[in-house]
Amino acid sequence: MAINVYFEDVNVGDTIPAWSRKTDFMHWNRYAAVNDEFIPIHMDDEAGRAALNEQGAFGMGNLRYAYIVNALQDWIGDEGQIREIGCQFRAINQKNDVLTVTGTVTEKLVEDGEHRIKLDIDVVNQNGDPTCPGHAIVTVPARS
Amino acid sequence: MTDSAPDTLVTDDMIERKGVWGSERVSPPISESDIRKWAIAVYWPETPPAIFWDADYAAGTRWGSIIAPPDFNPFAWPIVTPKDRSAKADKGPKEKPKRRLRGMNGGQVETYGVPMRPGDVITMRNRLRDWEERETRLGLTLFSYSEMEWHNQDNELVKRRVSTGILY
Repeated sequence: MAINVYFEDVNVGDTIPAWSRKTDFMHWNRYAAVNDEFIPIHMDDEAGRAALNEQGAFGMGNLRYAYIVNALQDWIGDEGQIREIGCQFRAINQKNDVLTVTGTVTEKLVEDGEHRIKLDIDVVNQNGDPTCPGHAIVTVPARS
Repeated sequence: MTDSAPDTLVTDDMIERKGVWGSERVSPPISESDIRKWAIAVYWPETPPAIFWDADYAAGTRWGSIIAPPDFNPFAWPIVTPKDRSAKADKGPKEKPKRRLRGMNGGQVETYGVPMRPGDVITMRNRLRDWEERETRLGLTLFSYSEMEWHNQDNELVKRRVSTGILY
């Protein structure tokens, strides 16, 4: 049983451990294989340029969303649960981008018998550009 | 036909479909292998957490079994291709617009209920929930909210997604 964090140990303003991936075809093709997402703009540079992205093929929004899930899940551990994620896709995931999921605790509350933590989240690229700002709600175990 | 600014971007078709759940789709039973492959793909190149692939480990957690990541998609690889699915028609405006419109993905909010487990069969339904229309820097802009729900075989809510579509 992996408990990574207890409710009592979390404070507003805390940040979650950064979770990063350098993304390219190796990542996108694997994701396409499990999500049946073989869309030319994610597979082929010419198709990406035809879609007005000069750098060619670009990454899936769904995979960027998965990275948010992973960052939250790794932080809360197996006894926690992700209750809500909301985000907006604001920028393209270019090939070889280093994407880093960030999260900052904004509120703690006990609701419906659960110890819940609200966070502001984002996925920033290597230039510090916010590509996917949003929010999340997770539950974590409590000591008492 | 004219390119002059319309009074509304709301179509008769949208009004007719507002709030009406469309046809349901049912996933194949989820397998441990489906979950393992998904976890490997989204965690690549690192090893995914054991809760997604190690049944012995998972048995000792609060869940008692392997669970799927909340973003796991049990509807991937359908026999019927997406362009043939009637459920797709439940999203957003489908009536031919009177002038050329531009669209954007305005984001999404997903709420999660019970986790998905091996053996689960998930039922999905969609509807155009509602919309709002207002003047923005893009001109008259329509924000439409599409809702999708997944329930498991015990009719427990697994996921609800509200997606925002932007037309202007």
